[in-house]
Amino acid sequence: MDSRFSPSPASTAGQSVARAAFRTAFPHTIPMLLGFLFLGIGCGVFAHGMGLAPWVAPVMAAAIFGGSLEFVAVSLLLSPFAPFQVLILALVIQSRHLFYGISLLEKYRGMGWKKPFLLQFLCDETFAINYSVEVPFGIDRGWFYWWVSVLNYLYWVAGVALGSAFGTLVQFPMKGLDFIMTSLFAVIFVEQWLREEMHVSSLVGLAACLGSLAVWGPDHFLLPSLGLILVALTLLRRPLRRYAGERKVEGP
Amino acid sequence: MSLTEQLITIALCAATTMGTRYLPFLLFPSGKETPAYVRYLGRMLPSAIFALLVVYCLRHVSLTGGSHGIPEILALAVTVGLHVWRRSMFLSMAAGTALYMYLVQAVFPT
Repeated sequence: MDSRFSPSPASTAGQSVARAAFRTAFPHTIPMLLGFLFLGIGCGVFAHGMGLAPWVAPVMAAAIFGGSLEFVAVSLLLSPFAPFQVLILALVIQSRHLFYGISLLEKYRGMGWKKPFLLQFLCDETFAINYSVEVPFGIDRGWFYWWVSVLNYLYWVAGVALGSAFGTLVQFPMKGLDFIMTSLFAVIFVEQWLREEMHVSSLVGLAACLGSLAVWGPDHFLLPSLGLILVALTLLRRPLRRYAGERKVEGP
Repeated sequence: MSLTEQLITIALCAATTMGTRYLPFLLFPSGKETPAYVRYLGRMLPSAIFALLVVYCLRHVSLTGGSHGIPEILALAVTVGLHVWRRSMFLSMAAGTALYMYLVQAVFPT
């Protein structure tokens, strides 16, 4: 069959699978459409206002795709060249992706050509949605994850580009809209809490983060928090083994 | 900083970020069985991570200065309370965010 002239049944079916997944995925990304455009515009305005050329912020958004690091990178770009410091800062800020990856290993299994996209575009919000949403029966999980990842990426890059290009011309009546991210994570935390049979991990997370925040302050608490969570969960593994649903029993 | 140095800085940030995104999947590929400890972490981590993300978003809130964190606490309470009550993600987020915007714009303007 020559697919240039008559679309093969397979590709038509493929398109409708993709379209159905888009229709399911898009509503889940609407909060990010608002939040990322808003924060992205903010990031673009910030970078431009700090004196960087208008192309810098959109290039960073497309290449890095990580809001917190991009904000930090703006000040790094305005300081003397310090590649080692850049490397360490980037590693500290982005180390949480390792945790997302470990949590998504099973869900992202067997995703074929979509997998590089899913990994390339992995961010806090995409992790939150793709991990927590139960993809409805009949909707292709791979396409659903792919759309969430790609849409969130596009929202962010578009927001930063808009902010960089026009941000200085516009006034924001939208102060506080960034709370939509906080509320997203809070809602998913509550949702997890209501679903899980025991709250050990939730409580470990709260205690480790609030404790670290109190001790190390807002600019340095991320890495200690991640470390404490890892240590605590590792120490709790043996006592929790039965509940965590592991069937493998290793010796007495 | 020269243009080249700027580009190197951006490239370093991008490469490090990609490294953190790809590493778990490179270490534990689909074809091979993932070690039990890593699977355990994969199941246990998310709840703790969502707690981390909430705290991370609110890390600059000061209880002693400014608005004393009142807008954040109220908006968070409304978001969480509504969600426990109605279990509607959109409603909880919209109400919490709208309240927060109102509070920081009209009640506690800076």
